[in-house]
Amino acid sequence: MSEPSTKLHRAIPAIEIVLLAIALFLPLVLDDFWILFTTRVFILGLIALSFDLVWGYAGIMSFGQALFFGMAGYSTALIATKLGVTSVFLIVPVAALVGLVVSFAMALLVIFGKRQPSMVFVALGTLTGSYVVERLARGWSYVGGQNGISSLPRLTAGSYEISEGPVYYYMALGILLTVYVLLRLLTRSQFGLVLAGIRQREERIKFFGYRTQNYKGITFCIAGLISGMAGGLYGFHEGYIGPGQLGPVLSTQIVLYTLFGGAGTLIGSIIGVGLIDLFSFYLSQIWNTGWPIILGLLLLIVVMFKPTGLIGFLVGDRERAGSFGRIGAKSAAHVKGEV
Amino acid sequence: MSLLECRQVSKIFGALTALDHADLSVKPNEFHGLIGPNGSGKSTLLKCIAGAEIPTSGSVLLSGVDITGLTPAERAEAGLSLKFQITAVLAELSVYDNVLLAQQSQSSWLSLMRSRSRGALHERVMDTLQRFKLADRADDIAGTLSHGQQQWLEIAMALAREPKLLLLDEPTAGMSPQERRATGELLAPMRERCSLLIVEHDLDFIRDICDSLTVLDQGQIVASGRTQDVQEDERVKSAYLSHA
Ligand SMILES: Nc1ncnc2c1ncn2[C@@H]1O[C@H](COP(=O)(O)OP(=O)(O)O)[C@@H](O)[C@H]1O
Ligand SMILES: [Mg+2]
Repeated sequence: MSEPSTKLHRAIPAIEIVLLAIALFLPLVLDDFWILFTTRVFILGLIALSFDLVWGYAGIMSFGQALFFGMAGYSTALIATKLGVTSVFLIVPVAALVGLVVSFAMALLVIFGKRQPSMVFVALGTLTGSYVVERLARGWSYVGGQNGISSLPRLTAGSYEISEGPVYYYMALGILLTVYVLLRLLTRSQFGLVLAGIRQREERIKFFGYRTQNYKGITFCIAGLISGMAGGLYGFHEGYIGPGQLGPVLSTQIVLYTLFGGAGTLIGSIIGVGLIDLFSFYLSQIWNTGWPIILGLLLLIVVMFKPTGLIGFLVGDRERAGSFGRIGAKSAAHVKGEV
Repeated sequence: MSLLECRQVSKIFGALTALDHADLSVKPNEFHGLIGPNGSGKSTLLKCIAGAEIPTSGSVLLSGVDITGLTPAERAEAGLSLKFQITAVLAELSVYDNVLLAQQSQSSWLSLMRSRSRGALHERVMDTLQRFKLADRADDIAGTLSHGQQQWLEIAMALAREPKLLLLDEPTAGMSPQERRATGELLAPMRERCSLLIVEHDLDFIRDICDSLTVLDQGQIVASGRTQDVQEDERVKSAYLSHA
C-alpha cells in the first residue's frame, strides 16, 4: 500500500547473492564456535523456510513446525542409537519422510476436508499437537524422558565421519541452498500462482475450480518434509535431541524468525534466524537473566510497526507478490499487438 | 432441455426469507436477465446456483444433474462460472497473472508445479486480454485498474474455463455509458458458446442483449418469459417500477 509504484523492482535476488557469497567464504574467517553457530543458523533456516512456505505463501498459520522437526529428530536419533544407522544418505531421507508422514497426518486432521477450517482452528490444532507430543516425549523413558537422547553418533558418508565444523557447515549449506532453490522455483511456478490466489482471496478462486484445501494440504506436507529434514540434521549436529525440540516454544520461535525477517520472501526467514540468534547470543552475554525481555520487545516492535518484517525495508509489495506469467514475453507480445 | 433449472429454491437467513420457492430455467445459448428491486434476492439466487450459498430448500440442476450439494470447485468443473456483485480481482497480482490463474485451473497440481502450461497458455491469455481491451495493462497490478476495467477483467476470468453457463451479477455497475455499450459488445459474441444469466439494473442493456427475463420481488418470482412479453406485464411494471 505504501508503494504506489507498479514497477517490479528486484531486491531479493541481490540479497540472495550477497548472502550466498558471504556464506561460502565465512568458514575461512570464523573460529570453531562461530562455525557451529552458523551451521545451526542454516539448519534452523530450513525450518524457518518451511514456516514461510505455509504462512507466507499459503496463508496457513502453523504452530506445528517443531513437531515435524522434533519427530524426525527423535526418529533418526533412535535408528542411530538403537540400530546403528548413521549414513547421511539414509538419515536425511528418513528424517524427510518422517516429517512428511507426520505433517500429512496433521493435515488430515486440520486442513484437508470439504469444509474450510478457520485460521484459528489450524493454529490451535497444530499447537495442541506440538504440545501433546512434547508432553508424551517427556514422560516416555524409551526416548529418554525429560533428558531426551544425547551422545548421538556422528553422521557418516561411507567410511567418512562427518564431524561438526567446516564439513558439516558446507553440508548444511548445500542442503539449505538446494531446498531454497527448489522453493524459489515452486513459489514462482504456476503452483505458486495458485498459492498467491489462495493467500489473497481463497473464497474467490474456488469458483475457478481450484480445490484450495488440497493445495494448502500439499504445501503443508512439503513444509513438513523440510522441517523433518532440518530435525535430522539438527540432532546429529548437536549430538542431542530433546523434548524441547518438539514443542510449542520452538514452534513459536520459528514463527518469530519468519515474521521478524519478513514472511513471503524466503530470504527473510533466513535473515530472521541469523539476526534473532545473533541478538539472543549477545544479549545473553550482556544481561544473562533478563535478555529475553529485550529480545521480546524488539520482536514486538518489528512485528507491530513493520508487518512486512525487516526485509520490508528493501523489498516492495510488488516484488513480494511476485510475477508468474512469461515475464518479458508479455510486454513483447502486447507491443506487437498494439502496432 | 434446460441447461439450468432452479426448482423451488428457498433461502432463509434467520428471520428473513431472501428467496421464496423460486423457479427459474435457462436454455442452452440463452441470454437471460434477472431484475428486481434492491434486496429482492437476485444475488442470493446467483449464489445458490454457483455454490456460494446452499439453499435452505429446493434444488439446482445443471444439464439435468442435481448440483445442489456440490462445492464451488465441483460446480466450476461442471461448467458454471460467475462474477460476484462485488468485484474480486486479485489486486496484488498483475492483470496477466489474474487471467493466467483463471485459465490454468484445469491443469493438475503436479503439472502446475512444473509450470508446464505456462508457455502454452500465453497466447490464450494475451488473446483474452486483447478481447477485453486490457492488453496494454497486462503488466500492471490489477488493483490499479479502473472499476470498469476490473469488471472486464472479472468477466474475462469467468470465461477462462469456457463455461456452459456464465453468471454475472451487475457487471456494468459504475460504468460509463460507453463502457456499458462496450460490455454489451463483448458479451454478444458469447451467445454461440454459452448461456448467460445476468443481474442488471439497466433495462435498456437487458433489452439489448437478453432473450428472456425473470423478475424477482421480495424473494418471489413475479414474472418470467420472453423479454418483450415480461416488460409488458402490468404486475412487473408495478412491482419493479414502484420499488426501483
Ligand atoms: N449472508 C446474509 N445474511 C443475512 N441476510 C442476507 C445475506 N445475504 C443477503 N441477505 C439479505 O437477503 C436479501 C436479499 O439480498 P440480495 O440477494 O443481495 O438482494 P439483491 O441482490 O436482489 O439486491 C436482502 O434483504 C439481504 O439483506
Ligand atoms: Mg445484489
